[in-house]
Amino acid sequence: MSITPPEQKVWFNEPVEKTEVVWVLIALTWALIMFAMMPLWHLKGTQNMSNEAYRIQPDVYQARVDAFVEKYKVGEEGHAKTPVVRPPAGSDVYMLARLWEWYPVLELEKGKSYRLHLSSIDWQHGFSVQPANINLQVHPGIDEVVTITPTDSGDFGIICNEYCGIGHHTMLGKIRVVAGK
Amino acid sequence: MVAKPVFRTCGFTGLKIHDEAEKLIKINAVTAIVVLALGGLFGLLVALTRWPTVHLLPADLFYLALTAHGIDILIVWCIFFEVALMYFASAILLQSRLATPKMGWVAYALMVLGAAITNWKVLEGNSSVMMTSYVPMQADPLFYVGLILFAVGALIACFIFLGTLVVAKAEKTYEGSIPLVTFGALTACIIAIYTISSGAIILIPTFLWSVGLISHIDPLMYKVVWWGMGHSSQQINVAAHIAVWYAIAAILFGAKPLSEKVSRCAYLTYIFFLQIASAHHLLVEPGLSSAYKIFNTSYGMYLAVLGSMIHGLTVPGCIEAAQRRRGFNNGMFEWLRKAPWGNPVFSGMFLSLILFGFLGGISGVTMGVEQINIMIHNTIYVPGHFHATVAAGTTLAFMAITYFLVPVLFGRELVMPGLAKLQPYLFGLGMGVFSLFMMGAGTLGVSRRHWDMAFSDAPHAFAHAPAAFLMMGIVGVSAVVAVVGGALFVLIIVGSVLFGKPAVPPAPAAAPSPVASYGNADHVAVPGTFALALLFLTMFVLYYFVNWKYLASTWIMS
Repeated sequence: MSITPPEQKVWFNEPVEKTEVVWVLIALTWALIMFAMMPLWHLKGTQNMSNEAYRIQPDVYQARVDAFVEKYKVGEEGHAKTPVVRPPAGSDVYMLARLWEWYPVLELEKGKSYRLHLSSIDWQHGFSVQPANINLQVHPGIDEVVTITPTDSGDFGIICNEYCGIGHHTMLGKIRVVAGK
Repeated sequence: MVAKPVFRTCGFTGLKIHDEAEKLIKINAVTAIVVLALGGLFGLLVALTRWPTVHLLPADLFYLALTAHGIDILIVWCIFFEVALMYFASAILLQSRLATPKMGWVAYALMVLGAAITNWKVLEGNSSVMMTSYVPMQADPLFYVGLILFAVGALIACFIFLGTLVVAKAEKTYEGSIPLVTFGALTACIIAIYTISSGAIILIPTFLWSVGLISHIDPLMYKVVWWGMGHSSQQINVAAHIAVWYAIAAILFGAKPLSEKVSRCAYLTYIFFLQIASAHHLLVEPGLSSAYKIFNTSYGMYLAVLGSMIHGLTVPGCIEAAQRRRGFNNGMFEWLRKAPWGNPVFSGMFLSLILFGFLGGISGVTMGVEQINIMIHNTIYVPGHFHATVAAGTTLAFMAITYFLVPVLFGRELVMPGLAKLQPYLFGLGMGVFSLFMMGAGTLGVSRRHWDMAFSDAPHAFAHAPAAFLMMGIVGVSAVVAVVGGALFVLIIVGSVLFGKPAVPPAPAAAPSPVASYGNADHVAVPGTFALALLFLTMFVLYYFVNWKYLASTWIMS
């Protein structure tokens, strides 16, 4: 029994029945298929994490975001008067996370690519674009660059999904995707 | 001068039981159940807050309750029970004395003290940092001290387990190799030692940082090391509850492993590969290369997944073989239909097996894919997955074996046997539905650890799909069902220990004699189990590729 020592002292040499061998081979094959999917998706798929990230001081990041907002600001929105920023397609765009705000509101064009920079200036936050359902982790001190191409137009909520203190549930930002000209 | 160890012979199993080992098993198991009750209560408060129409607690108390629930259940309950299991699997199953019982009491005291300090600091309200406690969010220094003390206590318990194996070998209390269940406990112990060391490596500097002796801890490095503890600590549970499955199969059916070699090699894959697979928590983290992520989550994880898929066949397989030997040989599934479904030891164990495999296993492997994780990271899908593994899997298995241990160790009959029959179904099925709908809500983007999915005070507006609110409502209802099941368990066990009639061992020892001599290539065929395994694989493959399809429909990113 499983709760007593094996009957055969040298159990390792006992032959294994066919059902078990077959199942082990099936499971191994499936594991290899799953393994192959990840590199394959890097070659053929269109949703992959970028490996681009840089160490950055929070105040340096803040200065870059401020300059970016200054340059492309087109309005304000929400009761916190968050600036709305409309950068040109293909450019570097910035999103800053802090307690408890996503800054600024981005206005992007559907079907156009942007180099999106993400960083936090205090704690860790979670960048969750809904309902597109894209979820990335945002770290203080790291400037993460992801090239994104929105494929639907409309207003998208940016939910913070990494617990960041008592105001966590109010940390909601916005990306507006507008149809291209 | 060491006192001569005192033994008694168990009337139920015929095992020789070391007095000191028995006391330590009892105290650790009882403490575990008290913590389960406490942690479950916090869990109920959390669930009632996330149920949108109830929304019970204010935000600060919600995060406090969530932190307490996570630490008490994921760490304290599981590890206290596992310490009891390790002592059982070594001293009792090998019929040996326990090595250094005095140190066992020191370990126990440290664990109680540590858990109490951490709980105190959490309940004080200034350490709502969640189970993960990522820097630079800071908790009270004593919060870390409590965790460290608990870890040191658990580490001592691990070494007592290893010491007992050495004692049993030296004093020749058994012949040949250790039993498979003890081998499973050894796997859990080795993983525990690795895990606890990893926890100490990160928590000690974090403590020093919290008192101002270290000025900065890199958040990225913190997470890499933290998850060396974080996920592996759950692999202790997996190794332990699979040992419980094998134990219950042997206790109830006299089942022998189909093949010692295959089952033990499956355990070995856990030791070799699961530890480096912790990177699946870091899949959408900046600053780690895809090569690292793929290496860890494929080479590392899939070989361990292979181990779990093997246990998924061999555990029900050994039950089927035993049942067929006893004559339940008609058709594919007579062995399963005629199983003792009214015995909570069996129903708890089998529900644990099914729910862990179909819900916990499939979802875990799928969300561990580098790219698919983009849709799942930090959504409520994640707690959906780990309630299927830890609550419906581990906790239910531990409940099942407790029903067996109460008469054996405490010498008491169960009170309320009718409710005991019902209990595993209430808890298991409640948790199953709970997990499933959490995963559904996560797929719709509802985030975990979030007080208000309606975003009432936010500067912008966003509304989740109505289906997400409906699903979170179902999550609330099924949580209440599961909590009723959990409360019944605590009530029945505590009631039995305190007020149960003395259990009278049946005249001839009830130890089921091994059913004939299989355990090698000659065992009877297990077609029913193989059919179940193929059903499992089919669902796994379908679910896996549906998720890729879903991923392909979201924004393009690189």
